[in-house]
Amino acid sequence: MVLKIFFPRCCNMADSGLLVGRWIPGQDSAVVLAVIHYPFIPGQVKKYLSELHSQTQVDLTILGSWSFSKDSQKDMDEFLKDLSTIFSHSRWLQLSREPGKKGFACEVVHKNGHAAGDEEHEIIFVHYDQRKVMLSQLHPVQENGADVKSSELRAVFHTVSQSEPLFLFDKYDDGPLKLTHWQSDGREASILVELIKQASVPVCMLLTLLVGYRTEQFQTVFSTSKATTHMEFMRKANIFVSFFVDTALGLLLISWLYRENRISYLANTLVPAADHVAKELQNLLEWLMGAPAGLKMNRALDEVLGKFFLYHIHLWISYIRLMSPFIEMILWYVGLSACLGLTFALSVLSDIVALLTFHIYCFYVYGARLYCLKIYGLSSLWRLFRGKKWNVLRQRVDSCSYDLDQLFLGTLLFTILLFLLPTTALYYLVFTLLRLVVVTFQGLIHLSVDFINSFPLFALGLRICRPYRLAEGVKFCVLHEEPGAPLHLLMECYRTETSSCSSRDSWLTLVKKLFVGELIYPWRQKSTKTD
Amino acid sequence: MAEQEEFTDINGNPIQFSCQDFSPFCREFTVSSSKLSLLRVLMFTCTVWLLAYTGFYLTQNTAVLSAAIMVTLLGMLLHIHFVKVDHETLLIVGSLGVQLSSAYASGRESTTFIEMSRIKDIVINEAIHMQRIIYYLCILLKDHTEPDGVSSVVPLFQSSKPRLNCLVQVYRSCQEIIGQTP
Repeated sequence: MVLKIFFPRCCNMADSGLLVGRWIPGQDSAVVLAVIHYPFIPGQVKKYLSELHSQTQVDLTILGSWSFSKDSQKDMDEFLKDLSTIFSHSRWLQLSREPGKKGFACEVVHKNGHAAGDEEHEIIFVHYDQRKVMLSQLHPVQENGADVKSSELRAVFHTVSQSEPLFLFDKYDDGPLKLTHWQSDGREASILVELIKQASVPVCMLLTLLVGYRTEQFQTVFSTSKATTHMEFMRKANIFVSFFVDTALGLLLISWLYRENRISYLANTLVPAADHVAKELQNLLEWLMGAPAGLKMNRALDEVLGKFFLYHIHLWISYIRLMSPFIEMILWYVGLSACLGLTFALSVLSDIVALLTFHIYCFYVYGARLYCLKIYGLSSLWRLFRGKKWNVLRQRVDSCSYDLDQLFLGTLLFTILLFLLPTTALYYLVFTLLRLVVVTFQGLIHLSVDFINSFPLFALGLRICRPYRLAEGVKFCVLHEEPGAPLHLLMECYRTETSSCSSRDSWLTLVKKLFVGELIYPWRQKSTKTD
Repeated sequence: MAEQEEFTDINGNPIQFSCQDFSPFCREFTVSSSKLSLLRVLMFTCTVWLLAYTGFYLTQNTAVLSAAIMVTLLGMLLHIHFVKVDHETLLIVGSLGVQLSSAYASGRESTTFIEMSRIKDIVINEAIHMQRIIYYLCILLKDHTEPDGVSSVVPLFQSSKPRLNCLVQVYRSCQEIIGQTP
């Protein structure tokens, strides 16, 4: 049998005393949590342990004794034997360390009194850092209790993290007991933290009333309940920090925008730019109405479509002329909204782009609708050729016998549609490309908004400052070995990054949509249409 | 105790194998692969620079040359940081678990620890790789839903790929330690 003793590194140099800890049930291992120093009154120790047990629900016991001294061992041994009779136990550990040596000596005494030698027990000391083990979230116990029993390390982590109240015991307090264990520095700061925690509940309630209904994110951040799991806490903190950074960036943007009259400069460049785009579109349409790239189009349809679009551009130009005196004022007021955050400003920018390229959107919709109509008409007429038809009720293609005049009319229509298809397809292609440029730009803006919103800044900061909080696993290394002495291992937590990416619309569906002529948008559709 | 026997990996390149006994139930095996050969680095650099010089000759643009220098530097950095494994270590501690770690040439270490309660067995496996048969050590993990099932297989010494004579030694000592614990 191999006996594993998880020993905290902070107790390496502790004075002699009693070991407080826990035997892991079902496993041959013990976790040492603290050392109680001499002198003590056994009754008080037992009372303290039972108090801790009611607080933490961890059955802490006295594991054994710890001696680290220079004076003679003889009388000490007798004393330790006596100690083992006071505290109830099944096994009693006697750890001892001599000042010059690195390793510990360990003896295991069973209840019936005889010392079990090394022939029965091999002993491994696993040294751990109490603080890191307590704070690293490697003990997701909430999910299933069965897992705790199977995994020994998980039980160890769970024990250490659960017995946090034990570590709150200050070693400089004047009490009946003196303990050595990990102790957090900066008690005074924690008072401030507690005060902020207390104050945060009413503030959160107020904020929930004010803005909490807006988005799920705010609901998560401003919910008054305390985050129980690590995951929830991390999510909350991440959202909070990214919200904070977002607002800060927005304020920076405002301070940049409203200095040196940049708004009017922006407005003065915006209107000519929109005008220029309209002019270019006009040129493009005129090019399309002739013989674009040497293609011979259907003249009549080409003229009709071209004139229709030209009229639209004419409308658009007059609309811009009408708007131009007000644009500066609008921009001034819209710019103020950046104090709500950079993401807000970016979203407004995306909307402005959408408004300024409204004519492109219109052209695209007309072109796509015409093209879509033609494609559907052609496909249904193609079915007519094969003597089939689409059964709407059963959602399938049925065979059908057509009359002669039906077939004649269908063929005529098919021919007309087929010969007119290239003209419409060309218009559709050109305007789709224009639309795709706008959509790509808007998509980039949305991507950056998503990036700002979901960038795990808090986790990043935590990783830089306290990497063990995001531990992924444990790592052992052999500290030193001496023949005959128990083995010493050092347990460390290490971390790696985790990445998660959400899948968007696949490229295949996009190409398919473009081919059939369905409308595309930069954001994701709530319900995708399916035929 | 360091083994003096000569070991090679499956491609015939020499590797160093050492086994350290800390105690009867704790052993560490280290397989170090050969160092990055200077010839290959030179070849890589020369190829990139020749290509860059051809590009420079054709376009007369000095940006090509500076890009080539950046590419070689970045490529080497990435190679020693993510690809080139210097040595792989297997630490097996009876009744506690098995730790696999691989150290990259830049000093980066990646570690996995597998608890003993999850390990079903350690075996030598046979695999067909391209047109030959290779052997590798792997850890079989227990399936919690099925008592006899194997949920997954973790291959050991993945990058240094030692030959069978080396694997057999590791296998024997691992079985010794696993056999001690019930």
